[in-house]
Amino acid sequence: MNLIFSLIVLAILILIPLIGVGVLGLSSLFAIFIPYLAFAIFFFGLIYRIIDWARSPQPYKITTTSGQQKSLSWIKHSRLESPASSWEVYLRMFFEVFLFRSLFRNLRADFDGKRLIYGSAKWLWLGAILFHFSFLVIMIRHLRFFVNEVPSFVQKISAVDSFFQLGVPPIYITDILILAGLGFLLLRRLVDAKVNYLSYASDYFPLLLIISIALTGILMRLYVKPDLYAIKQLTYGLATFNPALPKGNLSMLFYIHLFLVSSLAAYFPFSKLVHMVGVFFSPTRNMPNDNRMSRHINPWEYPVKYVTYAEWQEKFRDVLEEAGIPIDEEWTNVAQK
Amino acid sequence: MSKLPKPDQLLQGLDLHRTPEKHWMDIKPDFSPGKYCYAVDPQVMIDMGRPNLGKWQPTDEKWPLPEDWKERLLKAIRDRMERFRSFKLFMDICVRCGACADKCHFFLGTGDPKNMPVLRAELIRSVIKGEFSFFGRLFGRVAGARPLTEEVLKEWYMYFYQCTACRRCSVFCPYGIDTAEVTIIMRDILHELGIALDWAMKPLRNSHFIGNHLGLQPHTIKENIEFLMSDIAEITGLNIEVPINKKGAEVLFVTPSADFFADPGIYTFMGYVLLFHHIGLDYTISTYASEGGNFGFFNSIEFAKKLHSKIYEEAKRLKVKWILGGECGHQWRFWHQYHGTMFGPFDYLEVPKSPITGTVFEHAKYHKAVHICEFTADLIAHNKLKLDPSRNDHIVVTFHDSCNTSRGMGIFEEPRFILRNVCNNFVEMPENTIREKTFCCGSGSGLNTDEYMEIRMRGGFPRANAVEFVHKNYGVNTLVAICAIDRATLTALMKYWVPDVVVAGVHELVGNALIMEGEKERTTDLRYRPLKGMEEEV
Repeated sequence: MNLIFSLIVLAILILIPLIGVGVLGLSSLFAIFIPYLAFAIFFFGLIYRIIDWARSPQPYKITTTSGQQKSLSWIKHSRLESPASSWEVYLRMFFEVFLFRSLFRNLRADFDGKRLIYGSAKWLWLGAILFHFSFLVIMIRHLRFFVNEVPSFVQKISAVDSFFQLGVPPIYITDILILAGLGFLLLRRLVDAKVNYLSYASDYFPLLLIISIALTGILMRLYVKPDLYAIKQLTYGLATFNPALPKGNLSMLFYIHLFLVSSLAAYFPFSKLVHMVGVFFSPTRNMPNDNRMSRHINPWEYPVKYVTYAEWQEKFRDVLEEAGIPIDEEWTNVAQK
Repeated sequence: MSKLPKPDQLLQGLDLHRTPEKHWMDIKPDFSPGKYCYAVDPQVMIDMGRPNLGKWQPTDEKWPLPEDWKERLLKAIRDRMERFRSFKLFMDICVRCGACADKCHFFLGTGDPKNMPVLRAELIRSVIKGEFSFFGRLFGRVAGARPLTEEVLKEWYMYFYQCTACRRCSVFCPYGIDTAEVTIIMRDILHELGIALDWAMKPLRNSHFIGNHLGLQPHTIKENIEFLMSDIAEITGLNIEVPINKKGAEVLFVTPSADFFADPGIYTFMGYVLLFHHIGLDYTISTYASEGGNFGFFNSIEFAKKLHSKIYEEAKRLKVKWILGGECGHQWRFWHQYHGTMFGPFDYLEVPKSPITGTVFEHAKYHKAVHICEFTADLIAHNKLKLDPSRNDHIVVTFHDSCNTSRGMGIFEEPRFILRNVCNNFVEMPENTIREKTFCCGSGSGLNTDEYMEIRMRGGFPRANAVEFVHKNYGVNTLVAICAIDRATLTALMKYWVPDVVVAGVHELVGNALIMEGEKERTTDLRYRPLKGMEEEV
């Protein structure tokens, strides 16, 4: 049901440029206006989200301590799992954001007869790493479409990426890896009963969308081979805010690719995909475990009424006297003033 | 109360890989006996100045909700999102990867998908989407959105009180989403309508008006301590007095009240007292601030602040230099992560310094409170304690890392260091069930009530199962924990799942091992069990 809904939405997204460009001939709308609009939504949407999170204070320092605290000098504390300084927090965040450290810990619980056993379960981590890093490399490769002179690091990355020199033009390794990663993540949602049960359409949709983007990209590179010169004219024009529709043929596949990318960009800030930015704000990870060393201020902390010693002593005066527990008139007098 | 099934029947048919036919939004919570906690007695809420729903139970078909209940809840949700970045962010960034799914002890013991942390958070996330988001309302269920209804409210009551805020899921979440934070905030929100647990609220009222959750009045605390001291006299031949409300003492010692009163916490308390006597510590306990734990933390943050305000008034009144805290789990999560913000700065106290070893506790230089295990580990490391670990040779020990001190503080090595010095037989449980991956006792955060026994025994199963493993393979017969709630709940859990194992505190074992000046030859431990080789003498 959720998967079908996502597939329908995806089909509609593919039909829109097919009709818009193929039938109605609205090339400028799809090549210039929609990409600009989508990236404006992406950009301002993300800024809105960031401001929205930043506006809410983090009242308490609630680090998740997954390792030994810093306490006595002769006990080694865990720098990554229980960071005691900002520097160690940066390290922890680096490992979280770039290497998915917490996910790497993943275990799978199962019954072995009457015993619960826990096995290592790194497939999710692997799938996620494959997908995210391939995506990153592919985006870096795409820089060549947005700058006039292709920077040397982009060329180097592209060269390494096509290292195996299979086919003409050579297949990029990351093109295969991203499909492997995404395919695994999708399959997992379909096959694993628990994950399947908790998945919404909004979990399938981004996977399908990105798979479609990757596939249209690969098709263009290997089979359709549109006019690259025309595409670069367009993309360079877009990047330099000097947009113009090129004379050459952009090809239908390119319009679909571009429209899907635009959809992803516009969808991004308002979906679960904001985890990319949100992870930096995660209070259980981005705060040091130094609660007893330094003060953390909560801007809305307010005083509360509690049962004071004077009230308490008055209530229990008789039993206190009888039990020979000292009565403190001095303090209660001070408190009354 | 329902009859609890026998241990070999309780988990029959449990399959972690089978999910219900129906969508989770269509499954109603099951309020059958043993699976829910009783609702709060309205008088308690009146005494605490909170709204109440009158006399009701969650089993009632129609809950006696006020007319504007929905508006009030939605307002409270918005308010918490403005005040807690954690809450707002955790509602936004979950990708439902499912890494947390089989990390929850309640899921492992019930197989109920709503006990997967991701779905527990979805219970509220879906309402935020369904009530506040345009697209959520437009797409409804396919986007994981739904409106707030009375059924949803019932579900919240059930599942935010079927979470012990143990944070195990937050260790595994790639974004650090902490279900404990969601649970704590959701309970706070339910409080705004007067929805709370009886068992969690009555101890809170006791703590507020009397000073400790058990409702021990000052003279009772004194009598109990005297009673424990007569036991110490009998076992060691020493007459020890415990200073109560003593002005000008160097250290204020605050520990959970169960240590004064309830088996097996009392043995841990005897251990503390022997230790303090051994080193000649100038300390006092307080009958006014007589609760280290904080039941407010299980109900509503504001209550938590009310309760522990007393500790700091007492520290000022008694003019102590610093504060020493006893063995307690959520006490230390709350002290460590909240006190500094709520009650600081603590200019009237001094940076803690061990009067025996001279060690300055730099890690507590702002907060001025030290954990007893940090204090004792330092003493042992400096060779200041005379110990005979063979006095614990009659037991084989394993250590349960309490959730709160593990994932909300990070105290792992100190208690282990002490244990290795006070006993000869110490075995670890399987590695995926200890330290930061430790399993909850299944009854923490105010769920330690008899009517909830089935869920408690299910939730505690992963912990019990690991204990059973070391019991069978290494003969472990003593489960040590630095948590007063554990000492109560694990005792019930062991009785059910692994009956030959008893529960103790670290300092009970310290008390056994301490060679006191002027003591007579000991023949029993602090529980009057014969020491190894002394069976004949007793």
